[in-house]
Formats: sequence, structure tokens, C-alpha cells
Amino acid sequence: MMKLSLGPILWFWSKQSVFDFYGQAAEWPVDTIYLGEVVCSRRRELKPDDWLDLARDLKACGKNVVLSTLTLVESEADLRRLRKFCEQDEFLVEANDQSALQVAIRNNLPFVTGPSMNIYNTATLKILARQGLQGWNLPVELGKETLAQLIAELEQEGLDLPAEVFSWGFLPLAWSSRCFTARHYNLPKDNCQFRCLEHPDGMELRSRESQELFRINGISTLSGSRYDLMRELPDMERMGVGTVRLSPEHQGMADVVKRFDQVRRGEMPDTDPLQLVEAPPCNGYWYGKPGMDFLKESV
Amino acid sequence: MELVCPAGSLPALKKAIDHGADAVYIGFRDSTNARQFAGLNFNDKRASEGIDYAHARGKRVFCAINTYPQPDGWQQWKAAVDRAAGLGVDAIILADMGLLDYAANKYPHIPRHLSVQGSATSHEALSFYKDNFDIRRAVLPRVLSLDQVRGVAKHSPVELEVFAFGSLCIMAEGRCYLSSYLTDESPNTRGACSPAKAVRWQETPDGLESRLNEVLIDRYGPGESAGYPTLCKGRFEVEGSVYHAIEEPVSLNTLDLLPELKELGISAVKIEGRQRSPAYIADVAGTWRQALDRVSANSQHFSVEPAWNHTLAGLSEGGLTTIGAYHRKWK
Repeated sequence: MMKLSLGPILWFWSKQSVFDFYGQAAEWPVDTIYLGEVVCSRRRELKPDDWLDLARDLKACGKNVVLSTLTLVESEADLRRLRKFCEQDEFLVEANDQSALQVAIRNNLPFVTGPSMNIYNTATLKILARQGLQGWNLPVELGKETLAQLIAELEQEGLDLPAEVFSWGFLPLAWSSRCFTARHYNLPKDNCQFRCLEHPDGMELRSRESQELFRINGISTLSGSRYDLMRELPDMERMGVGTVRLSPEHQGMADVVKRFDQVRRGEMPDTDPLQLVEAPPCNGYWYGKPGMDFLKESV
Repeated sequence: MELVCPAGSLPALKKAIDHGADAVYIGFRDSTNARQFAGLNFNDKRASEGIDYAHARGKRVFCAINTYPQPDGWQQWKAAVDRAAGLGVDAIILADMGLLDYAANKYPHIPRHLSVQGSATSHEALSFYKDNFDIRRAVLPRVLSLDQVRGVAKHSPVELEVFAFGSLCIMAEGRCYLSSYLTDESPNTRGACSPAKAVRWQETPDGLESRLNEVLIDRYGPGESAGYPTLCKGRFEVEGSVYHAIEEPVSLNTLDLLPELKELGISAVKIEGRQRSPAYIADVAGTWRQALDRVSANSQHFSVEPAWNHTLAGLSEGGLTTIGAYHRKWK
């Protein structure tokens, strides 16, 4: 049976909200939980030690815990925080940029890679496998055809590198040194007043025809539609996908996890999705189409 | 500091060399490079002529193979590396780890430059590429501020090249999927951002509209000058306000940072724009040549000639220039 994972929280939530969220997640049927700040170096409601404490608590609840690193590493301060995660040996690390790869490899720490890592072919996977790669996420812009080829090639090479697929949530699409939330409020990034805290699921960016295009979330830009591959789970199972990733939202997540858990067990989900954050669905990337597309019938 | 100029065609290559480029970078006529445009780039014959032209004048040619091959494209991308090697280029600009590994093993004598698409924003990331693929040089992303460039330069294990002039990409390059989200092509997969095939212009009673795969990117009123609908430079609505929510349509110009870049030990400045005309390349290369010669003669008393900025402003997108991310204003 495929594993279910909770990806790192992409939004900026208060420390209490984060603890409350994972307090509940400890009871959910997810196998793996990714912890850590992956978007903005100014988001420090939880210090590295807070994340490590949380990781130990969740591990004690039987969860496989992975520490996720920042996606855009720009300063010495970012590197210091990164080393804190990559110089421990209790937990696996999810490298989200090449700085993290380098530090993990230098410390002989096994690692996995997140969806922002530039992995497009088997040659790349082989290079990383020699240096401690234990598993990897498919970049969000790639689809099932490429994934099937990669899985087949890995098998031919005799490499056991389980693939994980971002399967539910707003897709992380871009990172900038600039902060779009601060820009919206006419604040400099260095004095952003942490306005992201007021937007626990980002800010909607629409075209002037009210089409939901993106979600602004600090320095990151996410999809305006919610990626949803629940109906594609049987497909993934047949292809040999190892883990299905669900991206945290602050409301309704228990229900989302429950439904995906039912589907991976071959059951029909018994509830409609409880989505308190309204957004259109999308699944185009999986079918090699523009990411925002939604194909109603399986292709 | 070297002046590295873009060449999307043989005439542009010659103009760049004639007007002072120390090196030019080119790509093949397919999606193996990050400027895939119809009618642009080089076949082997043209590339060979260009390389001869540059070498005869003591200048160098770099070949960009800086998109990411998927299993389907692996043989084609590998063949592009073989072609570049066979043509005798002076360096190959690569982003994909698999291709870097291939080039390092098969052609260890040809220098490898890490493309900006390789997403290296710290000296640790540069060390990763140096340790694994023995890269000689890296092109830094346009997202870094000057202070951050200073931090990277201090510990960098390789030569550094920074963007000096041209289109301003404000997302970390190599991991921006905005284009493939709206269309089916991205810089990583197809060497295209906001591809021309998906662009549609339409006059409406509300104004001139630019669309990308039918998504309204911008609408221009009378008297407003319209720009190419690069998706991050459109006007959108966030919580009731309509504005350039991601980025203004402006270009990067770092002329006045030259003394600082020199002091940091930056090896080369890069001009963006393989999609630009030979005349544009000539003007930009000529202007930057003068500026680099001036800073090299006396960086203490360097000042930007108004005529240089005048020339560059006339060539810039929207007629504007900015120092972009190198200075932290609202960034």
C-alpha cells in the first residue's frame, strides 16, 4: 500500500497553530510528516530546536519524521539554520536546494529531495543515489508519463529510490527574493510586520476577469487552483509510486487525509471533501497539460 | 571583468564581437537551451562559422545547454553536448546534474559553467556543483542582493558571472513553474517562459488585451505602452486592488554597480537577450565595453556617463531601467 505523507507547512502560522495542527496530525493515518520552514527565512515562530522537539514528539507517536530545509537559501544566516538540520542524525532530511544537498552529503547524512529539487532524469537520480539519496519527490511540473519512465529506468538500474508525488494542495510554483505579501501592503520585506500571519492560506491573485490564477504567500507563489490527484491514486499504485503527499491547510485537513486514506485502501471515500478554503481543482500537470487545467475524465 | 554577450544568430554574434564582447553565448535551434524561439539560435554550420569568427579575433564562444532533459529527451540533450564539444566551443553552460556529469566525464577538458538555471544561490550550493562536476564558473541568479552576492563571492570555490543588463527575472531561476502552470512549457522543460505560441493580442472596447493561453495578463488603456505578456509582469487583482502584483515590466541595469562588482572579484558580467536583434546587441555591447574599460582603468573614480544610461534606457523594456534585486528596496 502506498504511504501517505503530510508535506511541510507552506504558509506562515502562529506557533500555537502549528502545535495544534501537529497535535491532531499525530492521530491521522499519515505515515510520514515533513517538518520545518521551507519558504521564508523571516518566519521564525518556531526555532530549529522547537522543530526538533516537535519531531521527537511525532516520532514517539509512531510517525516517520523528516526535517525539510529552506527552498531559497540566500544568506549565511540561512546556512546556519540549514546546518542545524543537516548536522543531526536522529532524522532524515528533505533537501530543498543544492546547499542542503552539499551540507547533508558532507555530513554523511542520508537525505530525500523535495519537489523543488531539479530532478528531471535518471542520470541525476543516480548521481544523488551514490551520495545518500533515499527517496525523491517528482517536480510538480512533471506528469505521469515522465514519472512512469523514471520509475522503469530506476528499476532497470536496480535502484530502490521510492518516488513521492505532490497530490493534494496548492502547488508551490516559484520562489523569489522579493516578498509579494509585503509588496501588497507597501511594506519593505525587511520590515514586513509578518503580515503573512493574517493569511493562513495565502492571498488570492486573480486576473482582471476574476480568474483565480495564483496564491501569494510571502516570497513564494502557489497555484490558484488546488491540485487534486485523488482519482489518480489507483494509477499511482500501479506505477509503483511510494508516497502520496498532501500539503497542509489550516482547515479541513483531517477529512482530506481520511479520504485519501480510504482511496489508497481501495475504498470509496464516504464523505465529500470538506474544503473551507474555496478553490477550483486542477490536475493538468499529471496529464502533461498546463498545470491549471482540470481534466474531469481520466485520460 | 569579462563582457559576456548573447547571440541568437550569426549576425548578432558578429556584432557582439565587433563591439567589444569578450565572449558570446549561443544555443542550438531546439529546446536544449533556455531561449527557445522560432527562427532563433544556431545549427551546426552557423555555429561553426560563429566560432571561427570569434576565435580569429581572440574571443570565446560558450554554448548554453541549460534546460532539463526528461527521459524522452535524454539522448537529444546528450547529443547536444557532443555537438558543442565537436564544434570546439570554449565552455558549455549547463544546469542539469545528469548532463553536467556526462560532460565532466566525457569532455573533462571543456570548461563547464553552471547556468543560472542551476539554482545555486549560496557558496554551499556552488561547492556542490564544484565537488561533483568540477565546474569552473557559475552564473548567479538575479534574485540575490549585492550584499548576498558579496557573501557568496567571499567563499565561492568557482569564478562568478552576474547578470548586468537585460530582462529581469525575479524568481529563483531553475525552479519557477509559473509558465508551465498557465501554458504547457516552462524554462526548465522547454526553454520557454510565457511562450509566444500561447500569446494572443486583442483590441476590445476596454483596451488592448494581452492573453497567455487565454488568461488575461494585462489590459492597456489609451496611451499606455504594451509589453510582451510575460506572466509575472502583468496586472492582477489582489484583495480588490489591481496592480503589478508580482513585478513591474522593468529591466535590469547594473552599470553603477560595476566598481563594487569588480571589488568583489566577479569574473564576468552577462548581458541577457539572445532573442534581441543584432542592432540591439551592438549598442548594448558597445556601451558596456566602454564602461568596463573605464572601470578597469580606474574603478575609484568611475562614474556612469549619462550617454550610456541614455542608450540603455532607449533599449530597455518599457523604457525603464532598475538596479533590480541587487539593491534591497521593497524586495
